[in-house]
Amino acid sequence: MNLSLLILLPLLTAVIILLVRNARQAKIVGLIGATLQFGMSFFLLYAFHQERLKGSLKQMLFEQQYNWFPSWHISYHVGVDGISIAMILLTAFVVIAGVLVSWNVTKMTREFYFLLILLSLGAYGFFISLDLFVLFFFLEIAVIPKYLLIGIWGSGKKEYSANKLALMLMGGSALVLVGLLGMYFGTTEHTFDMMQLSNIGLSPETQSICFPLLFVGFGVFTAIFPFHTWVPDGHSSAPTAGSMFLAGISMKLGGYGCLRAATYLMPQGAKEYSTIIIVVSTIAILYGAFATMMQKDLKYMNAYSSVSHCGFVLLGIGMLTKTAMTGAVMQMVSHGLMTALFFAVIGMIYERTHTRNINEMGGILKVMPFISTILFIVGLCSLGLPGLSGFVAEMTVFMGSWENPDPLHRIATIAACLSIVVTAVYILRAVGRVAMGPLKQGYESLTDATWNEKLAAIILVAGILAIGTAPFWLSDLINPGTEAIMEKLRLLPVEIIK
Amino acid sequence: MVNEFLILMKSELIVTVIIFLLLLIKLGKGMKNESLLMLLQLLLLLNFIAGFFLNRAGVLFDGMYQTSAMIFLQKNILNLAVYLISLLFADWLKKSEHMPEFFMLMLAALLGMFFMISSGNLLMFFLSLELATIPVAAMANFDLEKRTSSEAAMKMILSSAFSSGILLFGISLVYGVTGTISFTALPETLNGSPLQVMAFVFLFAAFAFKLSVVPFHLWTADVYEGAPMAATSFLSVVSKGSIAFIFMSTLYKVFGSMGEIWYNMLMILSIATMITGNLFALRQQNIKRFLAFSSIAQVGFILVGLSSGAPNETRPDGIAPVVYFILVYVFSNLAAFGIAAVISSQTGKENIDDYKGLYKTNKFLCWMMALALFSLAGIPPTAGFFGKLFLLTAGAGKANYMFITVAALNMIVSLYYYLRVVRAMFMDNNEQPIENIRINPSTKLGLIICGAGIVLTGLLSWIYDHIQSLN
Repeated sequence: MNLSLLILLPLLTAVIILLVRNARQAKIVGLIGATLQFGMSFFLLYAFHQERLKGSLKQMLFEQQYNWFPSWHISYHVGVDGISIAMILLTAFVVIAGVLVSWNVTKMTREFYFLLILLSLGAYGFFISLDLFVLFFFLEIAVIPKYLLIGIWGSGKKEYSANKLALMLMGGSALVLVGLLGMYFGTTEHTFDMMQLSNIGLSPETQSICFPLLFVGFGVFTAIFPFHTWVPDGHSSAPTAGSMFLAGISMKLGGYGCLRAATYLMPQGAKEYSTIIIVVSTIAILYGAFATMMQKDLKYMNAYSSVSHCGFVLLGIGMLTKTAMTGAVMQMVSHGLMTALFFAVIGMIYERTHTRNINEMGGILKVMPFISTILFIVGLCSLGLPGLSGFVAEMTVFMGSWENPDPLHRIATIAACLSIVVTAVYILRAVGRVAMGPLKQGYESLTDATWNEKLAAIILVAGILAIGTAPFWLSDLINPGTEAIMEKLRLLPVEIIK
Repeated sequence: MVNEFLILMKSELIVTVIIFLLLLIKLGKGMKNESLLMLLQLLLLLNFIAGFFLNRAGVLFDGMYQTSAMIFLQKNILNLAVYLISLLFADWLKKSEHMPEFFMLMLAALLGMFFMISSGNLLMFFLSLELATIPVAAMANFDLEKRTSSEAAMKMILSSAFSSGILLFGISLVYGVTGTISFTALPETLNGSPLQVMAFVFLFAAFAFKLSVVPFHLWTADVYEGAPMAATSFLSVVSKGSIAFIFMSTLYKVFGSMGEIWYNMLMILSIATMITGNLFALRQQNIKRFLAFSSIAQVGFILVGLSSGAPNETRPDGIAPVVYFILVYVFSNLAAFGIAAVISSQTGKENIDDYKGLYKTNKFLCWMMALALFSLAGIPPTAGFFGKLFLLTAGAGKANYMFITVAALNMIVSLYYYLRVVRAMFMDNNEQPIENIRINPSTKLGLIICGAGIVLTGLLSWIYDHIQSLN
């Protein structure tokens, strides 16, 4: 399959949205575009398996490489492995759900859909690029649509949040940029090509300078402690689809970057700094969980719980075992689907009750059975009920973490496990307050979900169940990818491993 | 021989012909501003197109004048900028009582810049620099009924005179120490003696003055604010660009052997320039002052690219990145100034707060402004992203990562204030936004060219490769 289609299709959709005459047509074009993306990502999965069945053992499939700026040795180089495909599938799920729940946007609809599709373009481009320059290009493309989505269609202190998000993410990209330049000049070949860089190998000195720059830079995107502060503000001010894209896709750019650009290309750096990563991500997991307990606003709740859940991603990467890394990728996919669904449900509830404060709501199960059911499902997924995706992903991370025998890793793992108890407390409390109990006065006339909302929710729930009940298709997809990273780690000289 | 002369100096000759044509028109019965402007736009376009042909290297007048494919390209970038100015500021130009004079001054300054870029000798350089400066001061005075305009011109002429004095002192010291002022003979005589370094510092200060590098930037904001928008944009784009070109070739070709000395100077000044420009831009209300400080910060980035040093086997050089960045800067900065000028000439409003809620009434202007500002901030997919990235990559070749980190972090600060304008236009509510502005067709054409330039110059990599290949 031609991977460039993943970039061209959103681009074409975005251009057509700009050209159509009215909001209704824009919505239809957006939906068609998102559906095609959805179909294409499944086709990609199918084609990938076909290629593997044929016995192709290449690390990256469907590679394409064209010179872009030959004088800098920059080439448009794309290709996918299992990890990228998992992320592409996630993006497609979130995009179609996001487009569906935004059906009722009335303010500047055309621009709204344009920006949503542009954001998805950035994400697809990021996940398929094998050249660090191209990767960085797509990473930054996604920043401005987020800024405008929050600033124009957001609520609350939207300007402040939009600014904070844009500046913090740009700060992250600035660190990434310096790290990339360090890697570029770290070899005599002067190349941004990931495959080439991984073959040559970077010197230990370069790795110990560039790894933290890259990891923290990408970490800002995925809410690494203490650079997580844009998450609660950004998510709570964003419009529903904006929050879904932010938490579902944008935060995953960071995790993927930490894994692919930082850990894969600089295994020695990863080894050197893994202790710090583990400590920082454990703090994020616990801090996020306890902070969530204190929240009354549903969106703030989910945002802080995202900090906690994304901590698992970084913890999984920092553990440097194959199982933990596979778990980290699964957690990215699972959390992406789950949190997108959670934000979608919060949006649906808010649209009807006009409040997000859990203390002001009650008994909506009686008037909105569908929405409440989805709220239960997503809550249970968040607290890690077996059979749903959250359990599978977190369990894999824990199992991988346990493979490290020393006390630090053990303590971090146990602390992270304990956070699940906290999660259960806040999720059950929130879901109980909102859905159960006597119906609040004035809520009698509220209606249940409309067709578009139902469809969006069903698509995301299907994804969650598909991972939760049959996780092996996903872990088998991811495993060869993480194996390639582990191979690099195993090649390290022994004395550094200690 | 005559042929050689005609071909090598074709850019200068064409501009001179246009100036004389204007003189004749002015002497005769005169033409209506509208038709004259149309004629001039056409001539400038032809001039720009002619800049692509018959470009070859050569030397004239015993090395006083030199040219090469790269120099022709640099001149043509300036040609493009002047053409865009004639399109973008059509509103203001048509209203102006003395439009032919304005063009005469602008083209005279352009002529000076052409000679300056081509100069092969310090005396030639000094003369052409004066020719490039004095008409600009007169242009700054063009809003005759405004006091701020005269004030700007006064400030500009005084500060330029001062910097010319420094430059001349530097040149005489250079001559005193080395016994030559020719660019080709100078490199052999340089040995890094203290007096030579001092002479070089004076030259350097004069360049820094013209480029408004901190701490020589103090004239910039006042002049930009007072002068009419067309003059301001000429000053900030064409004038800066031409100085950057000659600065680069002087540093690399003439003073290349003093690389260690000027690397440190460039680094310190670049950091100071970026930080000062950015911090002052944060608090500006007037869009012209805002763009003035933002252009100071942009110069800081140009210095990062310049610091990479002369062409060399092991690391990238700064020539192609700087020329490319200035090309991008022409599109982005002129678009921003052009939009500010359209709004200012029709409503008289020049404050960022006045732009609140502009998106409701003027969608096209807002998108173009956002595009221009994102390009200035270096956000993909605009060309500014590539421009800044190449400058930083060139600068990183010396493996001085603190410097590059400071530059990268400065990009965040600059994003903050560029977003301020975007926020005012797109997000802030306003009961009475500026009403729908009817944009003059030629301004619209200019904006569309700028917009296309901002998007395509980056994505189409052959433009950069072309510049690189001329190197």
